[in-house]
Amino acid sequence: MKNRLKVLRAERDWTQAQLANELQVSRQTVNAIEKGKFDPSLPLAFKAARLFELAIEDIFQDDVAT
Amino acid sequence: MNEFNTNSNSWAANTAKNTALLGLWTGAWVLTMAVANFGPKWIWQSNELLTMLAILINLGVGFGMILANKRHLNGLDEMHQKIQLEAMALSLGVGLVVGLAYSNLDVTNFIAFDADISHLVILMALTYLVGIFAGFRKYR
Repeated sequence: MKNRLKVLRAERDWTQAQLANELQVSRQTVNAIEKGKFDPSLPLAFKAARLFELAIEDIFQDDVAT
Repeated sequence: MNEFNTNSNSWAANTAKNTALLGLWTGAWVLTMAVANFGPKWIWQSNELLTMLAILINLGVGFGMILANKRHLNGLDEMHQKIQLEAMALSLGVGLVVGLAYSNLDVTNFIAFDADISHLVILMALTYLVGIFAGFRKYR
């Protein structure tokens, strides 16, 4: 699963630690999600979408080309 | 971002508190284990009542440690829960398979010494550590 978390975070000038704090996860988890090494659960994806005020599909995209 | 800050700070503080509590319970369990093991020989000269009391206290503290571990795991974020799950699965699997094979070696007299439970505990602890290390590397 691809995601735009790093871009969205950079646009807001937030650090990984700040984003992690807002999502109530560790900084390592934010880093792993940004690198595509860990796919977040649906509740965590919804939390990120609420935080960035975007739809989930604007942040996370399926790897399989449609 | 400010509207979430209180909750997220309390989450981080809660995780740190759960980790500290688990450390305390584990330390207390190790201490009571040592007392129950060495007390009969070195402290109270095989008094049966004191020995039984020490074992019961060790058992009680052990259950406290289990609950603290459960609370700690529930408080972790989902990636760390996954790392823990994979490490525990590896540890349990290796412990079961190698432990029973080790027992068979003893029962069939393929090894000259008795299979000791402490060897199994050491194996499981080392396997768990390897699993945790591999998990952190995997998601780094």
